[in-house]
Amino acid sequence: MKVIEVENLTKRFGSFTAVDNISFSVERGEIFGFLGANGAGKTTAMRMLCGLLKPTSGKGVVAGYDINRQSEKIKASIGYMSQKFALYEDLKVWENIRLYAGIYGVPEAEAKERTEVLLEELGFKEERETFVKSLPLGWRQKLAFSVSIFHNPGIVFLDEPTGGVDPITRRQFWEMIYKASERGITIFVTTHYMDEAEYCDRVSIMVDGRIDALDTPRALKREFSASSMDEVFRKLARKATKNGL
Amino acid sequence: MREFRIFVQKEFFHIFRDRWTTLILLVLPVLMIILFGFGITTEIKNTKFAIYDTVKDEATRGITNKLETSEYFTFERYLQSPDEIEKLFREGQIGFVVVFGDERIQLIADGTDPNTASTLSNYATVLINSYMQEQSSELRATTAARGIITESRLLYNPTLKSAYNIVPGIMGMILMLICALMTSVSIAREKELGTMEVLLVSPMKPLLIILSKLVPYFTISIINYITILLLSVYILKVPIAGSLVLLTGLSLLFIFVSLMLGTLISTMVERQIIALLISGMVLMMPAVFLSGLMFPIESMPKVLQWISHILPVKWFIIAVRNVMIKGLGFDSIIREVAILSGMGLVILMASIKKFKYRLE
Repeated sequence: MKVIEVENLTKRFGSFTAVDNISFSVERGEIFGFLGANGAGKTTAMRMLCGLLKPTSGKGVVAGYDINRQSEKIKASIGYMSQKFALYEDLKVWENIRLYAGIYGVPEAEAKERTEVLLEELGFKEERETFVKSLPLGWRQKLAFSVSIFHNPGIVFLDEPTGGVDPITRRQFWEMIYKASERGITIFVTTHYMDEAEYCDRVSIMVDGRIDALDTPRALKREFSASSMDEVFRKLARKATKNGL
Repeated sequence: MREFRIFVQKEFFHIFRDRWTTLILLVLPVLMIILFGFGITTEIKNTKFAIYDTVKDEATRGITNKLETSEYFTFERYLQSPDEIEKLFREGQIGFVVVFGDERIQLIADGTDPNTASTLSNYATVLINSYMQEQSSELRATTAARGIITESRLLYNPTLKSAYNIVPGIMGMILMLICALMTSVSIAREKELGTMEVLLVSPMKPLLIILSKLVPYFTISIINYITILLLSVYILKVPIAGSLVLLTGLSLLFIFVSLMLGTLISTMVERQIIALLISGMVLMMPAVFLSGLMFPIESMPKVLQWISHILPVKWFIIAVRNVMIKGLGFDSIIREVAILSGMGLVILMASIKKFKYRLE
């Protein structure tokens, strides 16, 4: 079953084409890596999928809803974690959870119960009353992720979720992503760490608004006769520079 | 409704968990009223003055005595020659000199501080006039014959007259500060931190997000409005001459306009510091200078007078003066209410349009 299906999606800002006629689909429970250099159009594409931006042309269905007409329904059925830190630093851990649970309409009693379970799972029981500003960055990121899937969305969009986090915490973070995907949550993740690209089921690489490559990491490496995703990425980027000239 | 409640609560946490924000919102207004009310407008008392008397008759002694016994002046000494005057002023020993000449009485004050200078000569004039009133008609005739005419070059300066004129101005400034400045900064803060994006991706309606941001500042404005009124009535002894209901209605209208201004600013900027600068430079500074709070609008260049027309706070201050100080009814502020309502609606439309545009 496909949870994201996009056809000929285009977004122009004036004369600049940020996203140029892209088409792809994502299966349920898949971990889909969305790669590209800065300015390649990743964020714009992702914002269209989340219902934040209206496409200039093209079709798309996310979680069963049309991105052109049903953006409000889409918003209710996805989770989102931003590149920037998304929790409120001057709220306590449990207050942040309660806030997002409230925004996403998780019933109050259920939210209370699940908060305790969540804190237990994360090993945060002691930190219930701690202000988020005094948590280490890695812990915050884990908490932000947990909060973004607290309402059990069909899909979660992660925009460079591990920026600035140390390798060990990144590793732990990816374990959480795997767990969520086992629960059937589709993961749509952008990253610029190429080693993380290897953890994805499939990877798409955007160059100048187009998707230039889309396959499993293994197939991509074979196609570009590269030993790592990093090399694949560099080969694609070099091609883009040549085209640009 | 539950999301709204939780969200409003979150805003209050932001405010009360930040010591500076709390201070600005609740303590600053009180300080401003007290500082402006007492520090600036209270009469100048016990100014040291000197006398250069070339006449030395009953009238000049009487006037000297009158000045000396008033609470405004303290007699320092008699001068022997007019050359001493400038020296004493320069050394800062005295603040005021009265010269009794054959022709007239001259009042000399330190013009480097024009406000104080004009107030002092104003006091002296009043004291001299009242002395002459008290005297017998015979004496009055002789002094009049000698031509006691006090000259004064007073500028109309509302801030120095009394606390009566300062209260409406402070009210306008504080409500503007809280509603426009604090609101715009708090929305810009969410954008800067990246939490706004997360909220926009959530199913929460953008309008509800903004509305729940406005609720706390609205509440705090009301608290401050009440505080200002209490302080002015009981501490500054400025009574509410007109209808309290009308005054409250007027203030609610102004709070609405200011909240909309804050929202509009926040839709245009991405960073807190920019929101702060725009609110500060574009709203607060002109509000202080062009609203008639510090300087009379009538004596400003025509261009500035025109600019002052587009400031909501100017109309608010005029209306508050009419209702609170002069005790006039609704008829007297129809124009101001119409202008403020119009401004509020235009700004509301502009910010809605701007907000939608961002999402396109």
